[in-house]
Amino acid sequence: MTTVQASKQLNLYGSEFTSRFLIGSAQYPSPAILLDAIRASHAGIVTVSLRREAGKDGAGQQFWSLIQKSGARLLPNTAGCKTVKEAVNTAHMARELFATPWIKLEVIGEDDTLQPDVFGLVEAARILCAEGFQVFPYTTDDLVVADKLLAAGCEVLMPWGAPIGSGRGLNNPFALRALRAHFPDTTLIVDAGIGLPSQAAQAMELGYDAILLNTAVAKAGDPVAMASAFAQAIAAGHSAFKAGAIEARDMAAPSTPVLGSPFWHAEHES
Amino acid sequence: MKIQLNGASYDTEHPELAALVAALGHEADKVATAVDGLFVARPARAATLLREGCAVEILAPMEGG
Repeated sequence: MTTVQASKQLNLYGSEFTSRFLIGSAQYPSPAILLDAIRASHAGIVTVSLRREAGKDGAGQQFWSLIQKSGARLLPNTAGCKTVKEAVNTAHMARELFATPWIKLEVIGEDDTLQPDVFGLVEAARILCAEGFQVFPYTTDDLVVADKLLAAGCEVLMPWGAPIGSGRGLNNPFALRALRAHFPDTTLIVDAGIGLPSQAAQAMELGYDAILLNTAVAKAGDPVAMASAFAQAIAAGHSAFKAGAIEARDMAAPSTPVLGSPFWHAEHES
Repeated sequence: MKIQLNGASYDTEHPELAALVAALGHEADKVATAVDGLFVARPARAATLLREGCAVEILAPMEGG
């Protein structure tokens, strides 16, 4: 009972959130649909990024004004960074611009899969945690890397489900389950690869604390409806985890009590 | 003086980063800056001198996943 009460809200570096859905802000058909999708998702956290400001048109400021209307807390990322130096300096720029110590740390190691360079990730995490950042590392489902990220000072881990934007769901449920079991008290968020609400629910049923996704909503035929569908699936998966699932088994087990079975059952015996 | 501004060649007569940011029409607190790959905090821009060929990055918020 204590566990259930303690897990009512998502706790991220001391801040609590009712929703367990973190949503990305990229690739939407229009700014208005982005805003509507955020509202439909009920997400308390929206990921954002940095880009080169081309001119005086203030495109960056237009986005900034729009995203503030959502009322969500912002989680800036270091997307596109491939070295520790790039990631650390981008994190500093994000902290100044968005006025937050939160950083979704990405150090990309491979272009085809966009998988993290976990060696650079751990090093960058160590530097940024020491500098007062609250780091959300985008990582793989590797247990040892997870351990090193925690030792570096991370209080939240964000293992991938599958490559970014792939929509494949949970490529390795076994590894994700092992990660959950090994770090029962660490906040774990599945980040990347989710394509369907059922896949988000699956991650939550494994006991994950939250889901971060972008493409599955933004590129859906109806992003606003899909945001709502994900919100329901994430909540349902979390409720299912708290409720305690049955163990899967190979053979059937009758759900109807056999005691007092009608007489015709006896005819099939002997 | 020729510098690299956001990845493109750019001629500027402004010797300090803060002056360049202002000359480009950016409000100081609406962008973040780096020179040669290193973050330059807002208060340090006035004292940051630009050199021939240096790489200046001026970044603003954008959507992200």
